[in-house]
Amino acid sequence: MESCNCIEPQLPPDELLSKYQYISDFFIALAYFSIPLELIYFVKKSAVFPYRWVLVQFGAFIVLCGATHLINLWTFTIHSRTVAIVMTTAKILTAVVSCATALMLVHIIPDLLSVKTRELFLKNKAAELDREMGLIRTQEETGRHVRMLTHEIRSTLDRHTILKTTLVELGRTLSLEECALWMPTRTGLELQLAYTLRQQNPVGYTVPIHLPVINQVFSSNRAVKISPNSPVARLRPLAGKYPGEVVAVRVPLLHLSNFQINDWPELSTKRYALMVLMLPSDSARQWHTYELELVEVVADQVAVALSHAAILEESMRARDLLMEQNVALDLARREAETAIRARNDFLAVMNHEMRTPMHAIIALSSLLQETELTPEQRLMVETILKSSNLLATLINDVLDLSRLEDGSLQLDLGSFNLHSAFREVINLIRPIASVKKLVVTLHLAPDLPEYASGDEKRLMQTLLNVVGNAVKFSKEGSISITAFVAKAESLRDPRAPDFFPVPSDNHFFLRVQVKDTGSGINPQDYPKLFTKFAQSQSLPTKNSGGSGLGLAICKRFVNLMDGHIWLESEGLGKGCTAIFMVKLGVTECCTESKLPAATNASMNHAQTAFPGLKVMVMDDNGVSRMVTKGLLVHLGCNVTTVSSGDECLRLISQDHHVVFIDVCMYDGYEVALRVHEKLTKRHERPLTVALTANSDKATKDHCRRVGVNGVVLKPVSVDKMRSVLSDLLEHRNLV
Amino acid sequence: MDVIQMQRTWVEYTKSLYREGFLDSQFAQLQLLQDESNPDFVVEVVSLFFEDSERLLNELTKVIDQQQGVDFKKVDAHVHQLKGSSSSIGAQRVKNACVAFRSFCDEQNIEGSLRCLHQVKQEYFLVKNKLENLFSLERKIVAAGGSVPTEELNFL
Repeated sequence: MESCNCIEPQLPPDELLSKYQYISDFFIALAYFSIPLELIYFVKKSAVFPYRWVLVQFGAFIVLCGATHLINLWTFTIHSRTVAIVMTTAKILTAVVSCATALMLVHIIPDLLSVKTRELFLKNKAAELDREMGLIRTQEETGRHVRMLTHEIRSTLDRHTILKTTLVELGRTLSLEECALWMPTRTGLELQLAYTLRQQNPVGYTVPIHLPVINQVFSSNRAVKISPNSPVARLRPLAGKYPGEVVAVRVPLLHLSNFQINDWPELSTKRYALMVLMLPSDSARQWHTYELELVEVVADQVAVALSHAAILEESMRARDLLMEQNVALDLARREAETAIRARNDFLAVMNHEMRTPMHAIIALSSLLQETELTPEQRLMVETILKSSNLLATLINDVLDLSRLEDGSLQLDLGSFNLHSAFREVINLIRPIASVKKLVVTLHLAPDLPEYASGDEKRLMQTLLNVVGNAVKFSKEGSISITAFVAKAESLRDPRAPDFFPVPSDNHFFLRVQVKDTGSGINPQDYPKLFTKFAQSQSLPTKNSGGSGLGLAICKRFVNLMDGHIWLESEGLGKGCTAIFMVKLGVTECCTESKLPAATNASMNHAQTAFPGLKVMVMDDNGVSRMVTKGLLVHLGCNVTTVSSGDECLRLISQDHHVVFIDVCMYDGYEVALRVHEKLTKRHERPLTVALTANSDKATKDHCRRVGVNGVVLKPVSVDKMRSVLSDLLEHRNLV
Repeated sequence: MDVIQMQRTWVEYTKSLYREGFLDSQFAQLQLLQDESNPDFVVEVVSLFFEDSERLLNELTKVIDQQQGVDFKKVDAHVHQLKGSSSSIGAQRVKNACVAFRSFCDEQNIEGSLRCLHQVKQEYFLVKNKLENLFSLERKIVAAGGSVPTEELNFL
């Protein structure tokens, strides 16, 4: 203890310092030991901390530092060498570890810092995504609202429902205070309040259409914020102090005509309605963008829905109209059918009723002819007969109106004496004319052929009609009739531009002019002259009886003869000229007139006109059979009678010239057909004639179908039977 | 009565028959067919008509009186026959009644048919009566040595 020049430590002042150092070292060591423990504890808890090795190192460093300070505690007092070595070892270790840690930290701290940066970055991103999510959610909600609204609007095709639903749904979705729709008036100059949400019955508020605020809204297809004080928005008394924001949007009203097939609707011709939406007052709510978008979309949808509704209305109206028209047409058709049926019934009845007296007249007059008469009497009877024949023809023609109508009437062509035809007509009309003190003159051109071929009866009928009219409508004066052959230049008539007569070698055109000094024709009546049943109302004559058919029938006949008929008059009271031209054939021969009067005269005394003619009569009615047989026997025929079809077919042969078959019998037609097939088709005989009481078209058609050579109406007169037989034998057919 | 008077009565009677529509022109035709070779033609035809009609009328009565239901086809066939016969000899009123009868047959109207049958019978008996009177007059004329003045029927 040499060096024990130790100074006696000044214990009392150094002792305090040492004591404090001692305590501090203790606490440092404590801290140094507890920090790693804490670290380990929390790292263990965390599980994501990536730098374990660093922690271990750090821990070691801290532990060693702690150890150092701990060991330091022993060095305050005299300590042994072991403690010194331990202390040194600890210090060395600590130095190593701490240097290593320091070096390590150089690498690690930037990493740690970048982690932090990334963390910040991610946080920012998350916040952004959150924001976007919020946006998308709002958009989706908007879309849902729109779809729902659209669905509501489009689920109806009624205009009013559409508009009302729109307002209701919008009001609900956007929690509006008021929602209104202004429609343009018909004049297009004003907007009228059509629908509102809250008010029940909008009174007829109107607002002129050309206000600046309205123009502003109409000129853009977006929803536009407008002032709550504008006329379109001032709909209700202010509920609160601060009116809510108001937005207006245009609703295009599309018309049917806007939709062309290949075009899109033109923007220039659009009409708009105005939809005004008000937020609740005092709510401090503002119009969000998505709400405005919703409003715009809805407005467009409403436009489409309205146009659909309009189209539907249109088509329903058209359909209703068509149905009405259908009903009316059906009624008209049924009425027409009834009328036709009534007419046919009438014709059928009158047919028979008119023929009966005519037959009586004709039959008895012809009977009369065969008796002893004085020449005057004979003349009178002949006139009666001629007139009644003409009348019978007229009746046949009138009652066969249907045949005239459908053009199945055919002319009876034959040769006849043209001059005498004219003279006869004059003779017929002269008595009546002389009663009225009218002078009738006839002038036939010298180059008019004496004979012509055509339908004599109908020509005479036409002439008689025309001359008769002249006489009828003239109270005084004269009637002059001229007939001549029409030359080429005079063939065309300015009044008949579609009449192109073409003369040829065997034909000539007869032109007849009948001039009278009577009451003339009112130019207004001219178109109706040739119309059936149409008579002029201005006729002064009272007894202008007649059915009004005359000129119509004449026109038909003249047309059938390839001709033309017209009337000329200078006016009422100035007389009238009737002119007609018909085509007639040139003929050399001069066969006798076909009029029954002449033929009867020659056949007058021939009682047995058909000697030895073998005839068979088939009729199941005994009386009829006997009468027909009597008739034929009277005419000299050799008659066999049968009463059934079988008997007839059994006995019929080629020897028979004619067989009369009553087709009203049960198998009448069949027998006729069989006879025709068996015999008449291949040989000349026998000729078949159908006897029937019906003169209607159906019977005639049926007879034609089975192939009979002629049809005769029962009951038959002697003359009729005579003419039937002579026609048959001459022509093999009844005309 | 002497012949002239009888003849005049005959003419008047015949005229009245035509006037009242019992007979029509067809009867006149029948009278035409009567000549020397066939002197009784009209009487024969008319007798045949009487026989035929009476038969048909009996048949008709039987068919229509059926309790089980009227066979209108048969009725129609008979009426058709009757119509044919009456029109062949010129019994105009009988024929017209037959025409009406046929239309009721088409409608299958029993009431109407019954009524028509009565009508036809009535007309038939009327005309039969008239014709029998006419013929007895003719017989009287012939028996008294005169001839039936058919040529004086130049009227109507």
